[in-house]
Amino acid sequence: MGGLSDKKITLNLKIWRQQDGIADGKMVDYRLNDVKTDMSFLEMLDLLNERLIREGEDPIAFDHDCREGICGACSLMINGQAHGPEAETTTCQLHVRKFKDEQTIVVGPFRAEAFGVHKDLMVDRSALDAIVMAGGFITVATGNAPDANAIAIRKENAELSMDAAQCIGCGACIASCPNAAAMLFTSAKVSQFALLPQGKIEARERVRTMVEKMDDLGFGNCTNEQECEATCPKGIKITNIARMNREFIKSLF
Amino acid sequence: MSQKCCKTMNSSIMKKIFMGISGLLLCTFLIGHFAGNVLYTVNADLFNIYAHKLVTNPLIYVAEAILIIIFLAHVVTGIRLTIQNYTARSHKYYLKVKTGRGSTFASSTMIYTGVLILAFIVAHLINFKYGAYYGTTVDGEPMRDLHKLVAQFFMIKLNIGWYIGAMVVLGIHVSHGVWSAFQSLGLGHITYTSYLKVIGKIFAVFTVIGFSAFTLYALIQGGY
Ligand code: FES
Repeated sequence: MGGLSDKKITLNLKIWRQQDGIADGKMVDYRLNDVKTDMSFLEMLDLLNERLIREGEDPIAFDHDCREGICGACSLMINGQAHGPEAETTTCQLHVRKFKDEQTIVVGPFRAEAFGVHKDLMVDRSALDAIVMAGGFITVATGNAPDANAIAIRKENAELSMDAAQCIGCGACIASCPNAAAMLFTSAKVSQFALLPQGKIEARERVRTMVEKMDDLGFGNCTNEQECEATCPKGIKITNIARMNREFIKSLF
Repeated sequence: MSQKCCKTMNSSIMKKIFMGISGLLLCTFLIGHFAGNVLYTVNADLFNIYAHKLVTNPLIYVAEAILIIIFLAHVVTGIRLTIQNYTARSHKYYLKVKTGRGSTFASSTMIYTGVLILAFIVAHLINFKYGAYYGTTVDGEPMRDLHKLVAQFFMIKLNIGWYIGAMVVLGIHVSHGVWSAFQSLGLGHITYTSYLKVIGKIFAVFTVIGFSAFTLYALIQGGY
């Protein structure tokens, strides 16, 4: 990766501005000079915000937290793609070096009926929490933690479960789905338990209540377009959706 | 209880399952239809006898009813899905670009290819099932000369053109549909999914080339 670079470029940004959840928004153009190519995409937005604050303007609101690609807080549609053009990369891990000098970058919020825009680029993704609360857990008596190896688990299942558990709940799958479906997210949350013995006990109720919640919240229907898998920053596979379908079918009997 | 049952039947996964099962059944119908067409190339009398036996069997009404139910289930669910999915994002994107790693031409045009196939099937029924009636006698038994109707129909090059066009549309539809049905029925798998996709593509190519070949065969045979 050859160390830090001093290279600076100019970007033409087109950013969605919206006062609050009710107001109509619009795209606003910003020209930003002296952007270091080593900056992350969010640092670039920080740079713009510092300028806006200096100029007495309202800074652009956007979601972020860890900036390490592990929390799922960041979002953004960057040039028409959730988390930008890089595969398996969150917006916070996307770097300005991926863009060219004088390039125009369109930045907008994730869109789905079940998501609402709070302000500018900040999106209410609490619908995802609601899906998890509907059944994305196991019920156990608290107390002393049992010995981790007390229950034997097939290595393959343990790994598949961990793969599903990689989901950071950012909502990119929904944002990029042509149908605004939440199947990949929900299936990851179903799968991480369905694969483990501890999760089998409530498997039947879990898949039913979580799918029901997902449908009630107004997410679309999956038509196997695979844009979710393609855009997921954590590489969650649609085989999880197939597993959720199996779990659902099993729950009918 | 019944409300809960309704909810389950209307759930997004149930709709997937409906779509998948009905789609696969319609694919098996295609295979049966293909087998019937093969008789056309074997012998005119044999083809006419087959068609005659098919329509004079009283069970044909049951079979037709089942086929219509499967077909309507597929169409109605497909239209419902399209409408619901459209409303699932009422505020459209200012700019949306496909990743190029997921959705395909076939997968994103299912409703359009589907509607075209529906229109084709209506035309196809008008062309043949409800088309001109020619009589013939095979082994002393009077019956419809469907072979003659088919031969005459495909003597017109324009008919061949749009029939092949329709088969290409059908091929595009099933190239996503077959794989998608298996995925919806829970058969997607880390390694098998790629096989399922290949099976879907082979079936699509088989549909296009197989059915198109009959139209060309009818033209070359001509004769009437
Ligand atoms: S800010 Fe935490 S994943 Fe991007």
